[in-house]
Amino acid sequence: MDFQHTEDRRMLADMAGRYVREQYAIEDRHKIAAGENGYSKEKWAEFAELGLIGALFGEEVGGFGGAGFDIAVVFEELGKGLVVEPFLANLIAGKAISVAGSDQQKAMLESVIGGETTLALAYGEPTTRYSLNQIAMGGSTIGNGYVLNGHKSVVLNGDSADHLVVAARTSGTAGDDSGLSLFLIDANSEGISRRGFGTNDGYKAAEIMFSKVEVSQDALIGTEGEGLSILETAIGWGILAVCAEALGAMQVASDQTLDYLKTRKQFGVPIGKFQALQHRLVDMLIEIEQVRSALINAAGHMDAPANERDWHLSSLKNLVGRAGKLIGEESIQMHGGIGMTFEYSVAHFAKRLIMIDHLFGDTDHHLKKIIDLSGKRAA
Amino acid sequence: MDLNYTDEEVAFRDEVRAFLKAELPKRISDKVLKSLRLTKEDMEEWHAILNRKGWLAHAWPKAFGGLEWDAVERNIFDEECAVAGAPRLVPFGLNMLAPVLMAFGSTEQQQHYLPRILDGTDWWCQGYSEPGSGSDLASLKTKAVREGDHYIVNGQKTWTTLGQHANMIFCLVRTSSEGKQQEGISFLLIDMDTPGVEVRPILLLNGEHEVNEVFFDNVKVPVENLVGEENKGWTYAKFLLLHERTGIAGVGFSMAGLDHLKEIAKDQKVDGKPLIEDPYFAARMAEVEVDLAAMRTTNLRVLQAAKDGAAAGPESSMLKIKGTVIRQTINDLTRRALGPFALPFSSEALDVGYNEDPIGPEYANPVTGDYFNNRKLSIFGGSNEIQKNIITKVTMGL
Repeated sequence: MDFQHTEDRRMLADMAGRYVREQYAIEDRHKIAAGENGYSKEKWAEFAELGLIGALFGEEVGGFGGAGFDIAVVFEELGKGLVVEPFLANLIAGKAISVAGSDQQKAMLESVIGGETTLALAYGEPTTRYSLNQIAMGGSTIGNGYVLNGHKSVVLNGDSADHLVVAARTSGTAGDDSGLSLFLIDANSEGISRRGFGTNDGYKAAEIMFSKVEVSQDALIGTEGEGLSILETAIGWGILAVCAEALGAMQVASDQTLDYLKTRKQFGVPIGKFQALQHRLVDMLIEIEQVRSALINAAGHMDAPANERDWHLSSLKNLVGRAGKLIGEESIQMHGGIGMTFEYSVAHFAKRLIMIDHLFGDTDHHLKKIIDLSGKRAA
Repeated sequence: MDLNYTDEEVAFRDEVRAFLKAELPKRISDKVLKSLRLTKEDMEEWHAILNRKGWLAHAWPKAFGGLEWDAVERNIFDEECAVAGAPRLVPFGLNMLAPVLMAFGSTEQQQHYLPRILDGTDWWCQGYSEPGSGSDLASLKTKAVREGDHYIVNGQKTWTTLGQHANMIFCLVRTSSEGKQQEGISFLLIDMDTPGVEVRPILLLNGEHEVNEVFFDNVKVPVENLVGEENKGWTYAKFLLLHERTGIAGVGFSMAGLDHLKEIAKDQKVDGKPLIEDPYFAARMAEVEVDLAAMRTTNLRVLQAAKDGAAAGPESSMLKIKGTVIRQTINDLTRRALGPFALPFSSEALDVGYNEDPIGPEYANPVTGDYFNNRKLSIFGGSNEIQKNIITKVTMGL
């Protein structure tokens, strides 16, 4: 056994960590988040130049990484700075293309990796909640292509993306596993209207309406009607990424809390002298180690059979949901009033940790999946 | 043992309900129940309505124009108000300063300030916490030095709730550094329009402005604004904490919150079925409902004991801890209930008059912000850690 990252990945992590520390201070992050796109085109270009977008994708599509541990190390560092650049949106949409896209579609990933083109994955709808097979949006065939009609909800960075990967139903009804198809389309196609908005943790998303949007046959990603497994794979990468991000955010939140316990004096002593608080910080540290291990388990199974991979991903997401709530809430509580303020950064890490539970399935959603998958795993 | 309210109490509850139905403006209760922003005018309007009815000073002694409702009656009133969506009464003048003035203030102070609290002339805020003195309040440093017929006040207070609306602040200030810390503190009333007083907003994690820092730079305060005796201020502040047992558990807020949660859980769907039927979510809701039902009785037991004249023990601290944890759990479940719609947030949509379509369900926008904002419940008014210290001291005899 060897739990050390390869030399290359350590360098990747160091580089990402240094950039985030030195070029992405929390005050800058707030300013960027409040801007029009909710991210900075300059920073995004710099991330591209550093190779951090390319690290998310394999060589076959022009990247130089793309494995579970590549994504884990990059997102852990992004989480330490609450980076709002559209890494997550481009990862999940890009993975859908890289696992099932045509050569022509894959070619687009080069400009994504270069930072010139951005993608978003439009899959959720007002009533899907976290279940991917609940997608109902219509994608009927017409002539030599398709026409899309419907409403996509809370599409991460959907307001600013150049291209959308859209999940629609080409047969069957909500709840069916088969009949979903994915399409790669220009986000400014006729019939698409987008309404961007901010999220509680400072990110951007959009509601996107599709009204008689005509798409050609070559927009289809993979095989018609078999989009669910592509979508599950793409969302699986998203789960891995946000959990790695959560790990980074947890470390900062607990470091800040420890620092506060050492420096804040009440009753003549640093409050960290009180055992009641010491043990609670220790509980946080234990959970962080648990999350790191679950992340390693999941990252190491990204190429395993789907049931095995998904068991690890759901375990990770469930654990991160529980640990994120503990660490987010306790970090604020142990800071007291100062932890409640916008100005002091610990609350922003807490907000991200709590909001991550609302991405790609919450604690309960994944608990159900774990129970469901337990009997289906290869022995 | 009788778990029911007496006939008189039931009649009283019905009277409160009828009053709320008739007098609480729907425009205001809609805002409260939908968690939209209240303006200063909204809060003043409700204050004035209660004053007209004569119910504002319901806890005050009759000698001061009050109604002397007992603890059980006050609790009925608080619960009914919360469930009906009445704004929370700003407690600083009405429930915090007034009892101190009645017990320790001069006749002049009582005659001047008490009517002004009722008619809304004065909006009071509280100057207790300081940047270096939170849980360890007695270490406070804001100094008041006597010079002739004035005190000169220098220092800083923080977490001053709704201080941006206030024209008066009651402060704990240091008038002596001799002996024990607690014995050098005085209770001073300060007009916020005095030169040298500066209020600066502190934005909370959800971006809302409800607390402030208040700075004092050579502020001249007339000596007649001292309450009681110099260096006895700590005793007065503690008197207040010990006598404030109703309302501390926030049972009414939890009841209103649970109702709201259930409505949302009926509306939200998981795989085509209502969330309220999802066994995982239903289990979480059932647990908090169990806690709340027991809490409600614990609260009533404490209040009944108070009514029967029992001395205050560690109960208020227990009520504060359990009550805040239950409210926070309900906020947590409400956020969870929204699924992906816990993410979107629009600050503008918290104001009445916002007329764009909501993102997601109409009830979604304030929920996550409320969850984050109510993390304060276990921090302010003596953090839950401090409450546990108090219980430890009183019960364990170590």
